[in-house]
Amino acid sequence: MNLSKILKNAFLIVIFGLIVTACATKKSVKTTTESSSTTKAEETQKADPIEKLDALMQGDVYIGSDTVGELASGVPDRVFFATNETILTTASRETLRKQAAWLRQNSDVTVVVEGHADERGTREYNLALGERRANAAKDYLMTYGVSSDRIKVLSYGKERPVDSGSNPLSWSKNRRSVTVKAN
Amino acid sequence: MRNKFVLLFIFFLILKPSISYSLVEIDITRGNLDPLPISVSPFFSDEISKEIIKKNLEIDNLGLEISKVIENNLRKTGLFDTLDKESFLQKPDIAHLKPRFEDWVLIKSQVLITGKVTSKIINEKDYIRIEFKLWDVLGAKMVDGFSLTTVPTNWRRVGHKISDKVYERLTGESGYFDTRIIYVSEEGPKTQRVKKLAIMDQDGFNTKYLTLGNELVLTPRFNPTNQMVTYLSYFRNMPRVYLLNIETGKQEVVGDFPGMTFAPRFSPDGKKIIMSLAKDGNSEIWVRNLETNIQEKLTDHPSIDTSPSYSPDGKYITFNSDRSGYQQIYVMRSDGSKVKRISFGKGIYGTPVWSPRGDLIAFTKLHKGKFFIGVMRTDGSGERLLTENFYQEAPSWSPNGRIIIFYRETKTDDKGQGFSAKLWSIDLTGYNERLVKTETDASDPSWSSLLGN
Repeated sequence: MNLSKILKNAFLIVIFGLIVTACATKKSVKTTTESSSTTKAEETQKADPIEKLDALMQGDVYIGSDTVGELASGVPDRVFFATNETILTTASRETLRKQAAWLRQNSDVTVVVEGHADERGTREYNLALGERRANAAKDYLMTYGVSSDRIKVLSYGKERPVDSGSNPLSWSKNRRSVTVKAN
Repeated sequence: MRNKFVLLFIFFLILKPSISYSLVEIDITRGNLDPLPISVSPFFSDEISKEIIKKNLEIDNLGLEISKVIENNLRKTGLFDTLDKESFLQKPDIAHLKPRFEDWVLIKSQVLITGKVTSKIINEKDYIRIEFKLWDVLGAKMVDGFSLTTVPTNWRRVGHKISDKVYERLTGESGYFDTRIIYVSEEGPKTQRVKKLAIMDQDGFNTKYLTLGNELVLTPRFNPTNQMVTYLSYFRNMPRVYLLNIETGKQEVVGDFPGMTFAPRFSPDGKKIIMSLAKDGNSEIWVRNLETNIQEKLTDHPSIDTSPSYSPDGKYITFNSDRSGYQQIYVMRSDGSKVKRISFGKGIYGTPVWSPRGDLIAFTKLHKGKFFIGVMRTDGSGERLLTENFYQEAPSWSPNGRIIIFYRETKTDDKGQGFSAKLWSIDLTGYNERLVKTETDASDPSWSSLLGN
């Protein structure tokens, strides 16, 4: 088998993929905000947790600190994603830069980036989505100087939620990639 | 234990009806608003047989139990109204010889099933011989029947084989009772579910667990031609597609892939597995030939391509892809060429599964925060939604293509409590939605083909 050729092709596809997903983002963002705004409207009708929700979610990306652990002191272990998205937010990039800086200082540490999805998608698609999210984080860590052989990715799809709730806030906490020390 | 799966049926007498047509017929293509009244008389045994069977199986009245298996199967189709045994006027042994049809007309039964169980010794081993007859009450004649001999522990399967015969005879379609369902058994809190592979008879009996729950397992699927299963296991935290022989318990990784493999399914001839490979943030569909060990990439697109399923003739593959921006259903030739999107309705479409009849594709749809199980023609036309709920997915067809089994999850309350996952089934007509009882919570069902002899 011509493995190196396949790998090379795969690499090219990934690059192409990054460009295409970057272009495709705007389209799908529209559908995302549509669905999240309707759920938000429902929430407002019930009581007024909307203010609280606004402090914890930006769009439908979780920005709170509940469930967030530390990779090292002062280095958050996870970043969050919008529904069906793999785009890293400004806050996520900042977190990942901190992780990269710490990993550069601790060059003997290897990590597993675990990608997760919320429960509102089919199991198999979510496995793929989790893998895509973990790779988005991995790619960013690599951009900031962590070599790829120190980072493994592992997708759990929707199999390991941190929050068992069935509401937009719970789902936002579950759409995440978590950087875990592997050694 | 696993040897129980190997079955020995000896057919040695087929009772042929004198006339081969029946007045009683059921049209199962429409919703069953008028189920057919049917009586299943308890199968009778002589006293000696009764005693031997009781010694072997610890069952007092096996004939009665077999009649209950049949009754339960037929009732759950929604096509039959199984009449209360209390109302039967004629004794089982006499009815089996020659029913007094007036007695059955009186209780408004249109069809009658009778039978007989005897104990036999072959080569110093105990066997049971079961004979059954299907009677058309209004036509006042026997329309079908057979007898078979098997090991005593196989008695439930005999009930299923008789049910299949009755169903075939009265609907003109092949049955689905002598089948099994493999699924993922789930236990524990939502955030730490312990999952095991489990297998049971189609009617929920004889549950066996095939893995211990040490590693996460997902999406088991039957080989349509034998007792092999393919599934996803997180063994050693390496999510890979595995192959499991449920008779021997032997399992192996499928292929050697440089990343997570998932979403496996067999080809209709059972010789290939199609699946997804996720690598560097991209999922593509691959096929691996289990005989030649040649593996080949079928899709080539930077989007997520997954959940592939073959058409029954093996010429096409349906799958879902988010190449249009979000999940939609596509069909391509089995060599990966001529990719064509077929779902154009409102919402997100996933998990397409080709019907064993070839004319329909079952799918999961997410629209306005609700999940639907539906079917569409293979060109995407004629979309029909069968059921709507908070969360449900993973349709799998009964081998005759009349019923879809899937799993449904409940919404948790404000405290995150009350989560459950259960198997459900629904007729292609959209009627007869039923909870499929399982010992534990359950998901990812896959329906086997009809078992052989």
